[in-house]
Formats: sequence, structure tokens, C-alpha cells
Amino acid sequence: MAEPALTSSPPTEAPPLGLAAGELVASGVSRSYGAGPERKEVVRDCSFTIERGKLSVMIGPSGCGKSTLVRLLAGFERPTEGTLSLDGAPITGPSRDRQVVFQESALFPWMTTYDNIVYGPRARGDRGEATRALAETLLEKVGLQDFRDKYPPQLSGGMQRRAELARALINDPKVMILDEPFRGLDALTKELMWEYCARLFEESGRTNLFVTTDIDEAVFLADRILIMANVPTRLRAVLEVDLPRPRRLADVAASDRANDIKAEALSLLHEEAMKSFAHGSRAAADFVEAYANRRGPR
Amino acid sequence: MNATAKGAPALSFARGVVSIAVVLLLWELGARSKHWMAGDLSAPLRATLGALGFKTSYLPCVGAAPPPTGVLRSWAAILTDVGYWQSWAKSFLRVSGGFTAAMVVGIPFGLLLAVNRTAFGVAFPLFEVLRPIPPLAWVPASIIFWPTQELSISFVTFLGAFYTIVINVVGGAKAIDVRYFQAARSMGSSRWDLFRRIILPGTLPSIVVGAVVGMGITWEVVVAAEMISGGGSQIGGTSGGGLGFFIWNSYVGGSYEQIVVGMISIGIAGFVSSELLRLLGRRVTPWLSQR
Repeated sequence: MAEPALTSSPPTEAPPLGLAAGELVASGVSRSYGAGPERKEVVRDCSFTIERGKLSVMIGPSGCGKSTLVRLLAGFERPTEGTLSLDGAPITGPSRDRQVVFQESALFPWMTTYDNIVYGPRARGDRGEATRALAETLLEKVGLQDFRDKYPPQLSGGMQRRAELARALINDPKVMILDEPFRGLDALTKELMWEYCARLFEESGRTNLFVTTDIDEAVFLADRILIMANVPTRLRAVLEVDLPRPRRLADVAASDRANDIKAEALSLLHEEAMKSFAHGSRAAADFVEAYANRRGPR
Repeated sequence: MNATAKGAPALSFARGVVSIAVVLLLWELGARSKHWMAGDLSAPLRATLGALGFKTSYLPCVGAAPPPTGVLRSWAAILTDVGYWQSWAKSFLRVSGGFTAAMVVGIPFGLLLAVNRTAFGVAFPLFEVLRPIPPLAWVPASIIFWPTQELSISFVTFLGAFYTIVINVVGGAKAIDVRYFQAARSMGSSRWDLFRRIILPGTLPSIVVGAVVGMGITWEVVVAAEMISGGGSQIGGTSGGGLGFFIWNSYVGGSYEQIVVGMISIGIAGFVSSELLRLLGRRVTPWLSQR
């Protein structure tokens, strides 16, 4: 199925999505699984802040524990030690304040696009006219008006990702947590989704935490890049990405500043990847190889 | 879709027709020749097998089977027989009764085992001990337990579908992607909402599979139960016994054509029931067929 063109709309026409934005704080968080000799520590004494109204990208080698952090921040799991909070209130479970967009599609296959999008409001007993209107606005915003009555398997990969974004956005969360949302999409769709995602963020100013292993994705989207250490993970470094917004792919690709940030991020990531390589991780070995190739011609 | 794919249904239908026609033809020839495996023409084959040490008296004789034309003639003759159709009705009633009971009890029971750890711990071991007992092994006990023979046959039929349905429901519910629950809880779903909008639709495809498989087993079981129990013959001889008893009665009466008529009738009955269930299944799981 062909991707429909994503028409750009100026911020003035933005739908009446709330401008809720929250600050996520992790302090001294550890998480381990199993017990005794089988015990595996995935996160160790990890502290960071996801700043209000910014798009933070968390990047680190595959299998470094990023998805575990996502589950902890979302409230699906509790940390073994330490605390997580949103705007000062401790995180004790899942909440509409923190919506997660998962790796690959977690749309409900038995519901149409529209029913998926209005899942949250319906779950809370909200069947009001305003919600229905908001759902229509969102359908239009993600370019899926013509696919409202289709089931997820009938949508292309890019459409599924956009439907899932809409399903999360309708809940007007304070924080959007996106866990490698564009993994598995083809290169062209992926770049369209980057611009799309950047525009959504620029229009709403909502706090976003975006998890990825892709450095180009990170530099294009981020206000701040959190570089994570290899497992057991913790914050390794923070890079501020001071590129102007709104961002366009062509501008960022041509920007020297963007390339400098990328180089800096790569050298930090390279160290981490080498460490995991030394620990025998196959994914990390691929990672080192891929980035070694890419660093060359710069 | 390309041209080959479009022509596929017609082609596969043609293949099915040809394969059935060929089998019927070979059967007709074999039954009429009186030679296959037993007659003079098979002498060289028997001599060869005998030389290799086989006891040729163990070879089957296709010639002893009634030919398809004979079966058809016999079928045509009983099509107007009320007793034959009563056998159909009887078996259908038993199957639908046992099957419906299995669905009504099996689906909630399976869902309970899937969502409640305590219920699972208490009931699943018992369930797993009972499950390997073939439904037919329950026939004598069931005749003793239940006040009427009709109830005992229905009970055995129920068992045939029950285990399959429960196993499918439990497996289907447990295989639901954990991210669906996580997403739903993030969006504010209550427990009841999770059950109604995630677990139930998520399990539906497995329920359909369990029902279709269970229906097949139900037919196997009802026929055998009717044979063993004498088909509830107190209800009215041949007419009250169902298709299983119809076959048994034909065998006892020496009407070999009618045995085959009974067998094919069961084949058709089972096929129709399963197709109806599949059709219904597609209606309730529209997201699976729309790609």
C-alpha cells in the first residue's frame, strides 16, 4: 500500500490537543530479574531527567536495557531500587499521563482504526461529542480518514505507526514514550515518519521520550540525547542538540552542527558498543561494525 | 492479485471434482471386477507376495465391498424412508446438544482458568488427568450415571468437544500479546473493560478453532456412542437410533450398501456442521479475513 502524502499544516491550524507537558525523573533506579546465581541486573543506579516540553532521545546499544527503562517509566514494572516520578509524584503503575507507543504495532487487531483511536476515552466511559470530534481531527491529522474502518492488518507499516500515535495522543498524556517506534519500517517511510514526528512535537510542545538505536533518527528529532551505557545500563552522557526548529531533513542533513553532534554521539556510543562487544553480545558486534563503516567518509 | 491467483478457486474446485471422480471410478471398477487382490487377475501379485512370505489370505478383497452405483441405488431407495431421516435428526440433536453444552460450559471455564491463577491451580491438574480419557471410555460409566440413555449419549458427546474447547480457550487467552494489556491499562481500562475488549476478542479466533475441531470430534463420538449403546433403541428401533446405529443395524442386517450410505451421510453431516461453524467464525472475527 502506498503511503499517502503527509500534508503539512501550519501550527495555527493545529487541533485543540492539550498542551500538557510533564517532567520525568529517575533517581537511583535499579532493576534486576531472577534471583541467586540466575540474577541479571539490567539497570543499575540510573538517574536522569526527561525535561518538560522537550523531545529527549534515549540511545544505546541494542539490548542495553532501554526497553526495561521504558517499562519502568510507563509503570508496567516496578524498579528493584530507586524512584521514578512524574512532576514530583511517584510512578506506581500505568496511567493515561504516560502513553507508550510500542516497538512494532500494538494496535488491537480486532478493532478498526477508529475504534483503536477512541479506545482510551471509551475505557474511561467518555463517549462525548467533543471526544468524537477530537478523534476525527486526529484521524485527519494522521492522514487516515479513508482508513477509519479498516483493521490494523489492512494498514501499511507507516499507517499502523500513525494510528498508534493517534491512539496515544487522544489521551492527552503529559509524556509520550516512544520505544523504537519506527523499527522495521523501510528507509523512505522512516524518514517521512521522522518529519511527521518532529512536526507533531513542534506543534504540541509535549514532553517526549523517544528510544532508538539509530543515530540519524536521534540527531534529527532530539532536543537532548541521553546516551546510555551498556547493560546494566545507566546514563553515560547527555548531548544538547541545539539545531533550530522546525526541522527539515534536508536542513539537518546539510548542517555541520548536526554532523558534529553525530560524531560526538558516535564516539561515545562506540565505546559502549565496544564494551558490550567485549562481553560477547552479537547485536553489539553488528552495531560496532555498522558504525565503523559509517564513520569513515565523514 | 494476478491472473493465476484469480483462477485458483475454480482450478482447485476442478481438482477436487476430478479426485473424487477418480476414486469413485476405481472403487466401482474394483467392486465389480471381483479380482482386485482376490480374483484370478491378481494371481501373479499373490504369487509374488506369497514368495516373499506374506499370507495372501490376509489381503483385502475390494470385490467384497458394494460398488458406488449399488450404494447410490440403495441411498435413493431410503431417501423416502422416514426412519433414515429420523436417524439424521437424532444424531444432529445429540451433536448440537452436546456441542452447545460444551461451548456454554467450556468457554467460561477456559476463560476463568486463563485469567484466574487460583482457579487454574485448583482445576487445571484435575482437568489434565481427565482429558486423556477418551470420551468413549466414559460410555459404560455414563450409562450408569445418567438416568436415560439419551442423556448418557449427549454427555459423552459433550466430553468430546469440551476438552478441545477449553484447551483452545486457555491457550488463546494466554497467548494474547502482553503489550495489549499494557496499552489498555495505560489508557485507563478497568478489569472488566480488559476482559470485555481485550481478552474476549483476543481469544475469539482460538474459540472458533476449538469449536470447529470440537465439532469434528463430536461427530466421531456420537456415532461410536450410538453403536455401543445400541443407539437408544428403546426409543423406536432403527428410526430412533441415529446414524451410528443406522450403520450398525445395516451391518447386522447384512445390507452392506446401507453401511456405506450411513458412512457417507456422517461425512456430509460433519462437513456441513464444520462449514457452518467456519462461516459463523468468519463473521465474528472479521479482522482475520480482511487483509
